[in-house]
Amino acid sequence: MSDRLSVFKTYKLYVGGKFPRSESGRVYEVTDAKGQWLANAPLSSRKDARDAVVAARKAFSAWSGATAYNRGQILYRVAEMLEGRKAQFVREVADAEGLSKSKAADQVDATIDRWVWYAGWTDKIAQVVGGGNPVAGPYFNLSTPEPTGVVAVVAPQESSFLGLVSVVAPVIATGNTAVVVASEKSPLPSLSLGEVLATSDVPGGVVNILSGRTAEIATPLAAHQDVNAIDLAGADDVLAKELEIAAADNLKRVLRPQPVDNWSTPPGIDRMTAFLETKTVWHPTGSLGASGSSY
Amino acid sequence: MASAFDYAPAPESRAIVDIAPSYGLFIDGEFTEAADGKVFKTVSPASEEVLAEIAQAGEADVDRAVQAARKAFEKWSALPGTERAKYLFRIARIIQERSRELAVLETLDNGKPIKETRDADLPLVAAHFFYYAGWADKLDHAGFGTDPRPLGVAGQVIPWNFPLLMLAWKIAPALATGNTVVLKPAETTPLSALFFADICRQAGLPKGVVNILPGYGDTGAALVAHPDVNKVAFTGSTAVGKEIAKTVAGTHKKLTLELGGKGANIVFDDAPIDQAVEGIVNGIFFNQGQVCCAGSRLLVQESIQEELLDSLKRRLSTLRLGDPLDKNTDIGAINSEEQLSRITSLVERGEAEGAERWSLACELPTSGYWFAPTLFTNVTQAHTIARDEIFGPVLSVLTFRTPDEAVAKANNTQYGLSAGIWTEKGSRILAVANKLRAGVVWSNTFNKFDPTSPFGGYKESGFGREGGRHGLEAYLDV
Repeated sequence: MSDRLSVFKTYKLYVGGKFPRSESGRVYEVTDAKGQWLANAPLSSRKDARDAVVAARKAFSAWSGATAYNRGQILYRVAEMLEGRKAQFVREVADAEGLSKSKAADQVDATIDRWVWYAGWTDKIAQVVGGGNPVAGPYFNLSTPEPTGVVAVVAPQESSFLGLVSVVAPVIATGNTAVVVASEKSPLPSLSLGEVLATSDVPGGVVNILSGRTAEIATPLAAHQDVNAIDLAGADDVLAKELEIAAADNLKRVLRPQPVDNWSTPPGIDRMTAFLETKTVWHPTGSLGASGSSY
Repeated sequence: MASAFDYAPAPESRAIVDIAPSYGLFIDGEFTEAADGKVFKTVSPASEEVLAEIAQAGEADVDRAVQAARKAFEKWSALPGTERAKYLFRIARIIQERSRELAVLETLDNGKPIKETRDADLPLVAAHFFYYAGWADKLDHAGFGTDPRPLGVAGQVIPWNFPLLMLAWKIAPALATGNTVVLKPAETTPLSALFFADICRQAGLPKGVVNILPGYGDTGAALVAHPDVNKVAFTGSTAVGKEIAKTVAGTHKKLTLELGGKGANIVFDDAPIDQAVEGIVNGIFFNQGQVCCAGSRLLVQESIQEELLDSLKRRLSTLRLGDPLDKNTDIGAINSEEQLSRITSLVERGEAEGAERWSLACELPTSGYWFAPTLFTNVTQAHTIARDEIFGPVLSVLTFRTPDEAVAKANNTQYGLSAGIWTEKGSRILAVANKLRAGVVWSNTFNKFDPTSPFGGYKESGFGREGGRHGLEAYLDV
């Protein structure tokens, strides 16, 4: 019996629920931790970034308007799909980060659990950070959190899967849509996550994943007038400052890079609240007059 | 024109306020001259009378004030919350005691009617200090973890439209959470902040916890850029907000911005017309429209446009413009000559672009800065007056046919601070409120504020919230 020749995978971007190649037609070599060739990943262009923003904007209204219960169901469905593809992700994470099979398996388990954790938050965050305000007057007054809009996510460079999910899940759990810049060196788990999302009832455009040079993709996203927020997790200090200055042009919400030694520590709710607005609605309670109500 | 309803003047006495001919900077518990000796004058916008000469803080003064605040931070942040609370309660009480004096002062320096300073600004100022006083010893219950820490020195820059109220919004939560502050009031309205310094003295507040640095934009810029400032809070224009965001980029300074707005006030065909008219008037003519959350775009359902505009014009013709110290006055002076010329030029632009202008026929005083309440009809979304913030008593009227169109037009702006909805139908209120991209939605009411209620914008109206539990976050290390 001769050894069977394996089938390579053509890694593609995930934009608007579809799997396009980069419009630029470019790819770059992705290698494992030892420098062995793994695959050619798309080298996204500024145009790809802009297309992804268009897709994310288009998806925003339905995704943010879905019930929190529905979003939770869909996020949990992603965890189910991830569980079924565990072997693939263990292999990709082991290759990407130079981990042993068992260490990589731990990472993948933690990642799936993280996803489940966020799935449960969709219908709870509003109760935790919103509520009624006891104003000194005859008014019904309620503050509720709402998604900010389209969020550009510069995924962490080192933690190719757990770090990635730790920054993407909170953004979409709260009803935002995302344009994700995958780890430049280790983009393959990200691109494979796109395949999982595509088969998990997540509407197309809610998450868009781009691989390529971080600075090349993140720069137009930070300057984009139709992006509402940016997570700079995977940007180094110099790039982060440049992106933050560009982001000021339309007053994007900016989550600065925060030192994370270990993505497996409990994340808290900060990454969710970073991309939430608070809306306060007032209405007079009035008094019951002859006609039933008064203002 | 004389009518049966003419009012006799009912001026509030200004004798209750003792304005000194000159004021210094308030640094480390002392009034002091500016290092370079610079001064500027603050005038009463209603009469152009010079009220006082004020020391103008420069970079050296900013540095001195930040150092004083840094030194004070150590002890202030280490105080038990219960003690900080008591200082804030003291301040709140003294504000109540001196509220008439402060209301008159604010009216003199700002030009807004006494009935607004007396009945809106001052009660809210005191309420903010009371509200945040109570948080000072309850921070571990605020939902930010068990031991939330203060950030350090807060650099705060506030505008001229609500001088003392904006001071309260900034200083009360900062002190409650254990920060110390350096605050720059606006160059046209520095007086109430300097009187507040005296309140700090009466309250026995430790030196350096609150520092007040009057000055112009460059003073604010120096404060924002100072390397030893940990937190920047700004209320003002979107353009300046963007500059500040760029200045603090790449630093560890925490930033909150309360910026401009172009609020849509949406009136549906089933709205209670009389109440809506009152709400529209309050929405755009309160404080001469110099309000970031003003309802400056009126969106009227087409079928009731005529009826509503007739009622609105009839109501506007009863407004009384004039001496802000007169208790009958509804419309006071525009805050400064500069602001008046900005309003004037935008209104001219509105006319040039083809919108139809209607202004209240009223006599304008011969001295001071005045602008008659004005509304524009035949306004389209492309018009400058429908897009740019005018920050004056100027209302742009647009129409719509369906709720979807109303929402689309309301959201068609770079801003997202406030909106209003007028309809008798509860489900419509909730559905529309849900779709509006704005931080505050007033339904069947407008321009309501309360210290327990978070306030702040979406989009280019800035980020962060002031007021309520939410307002604590801006001053805590979370």
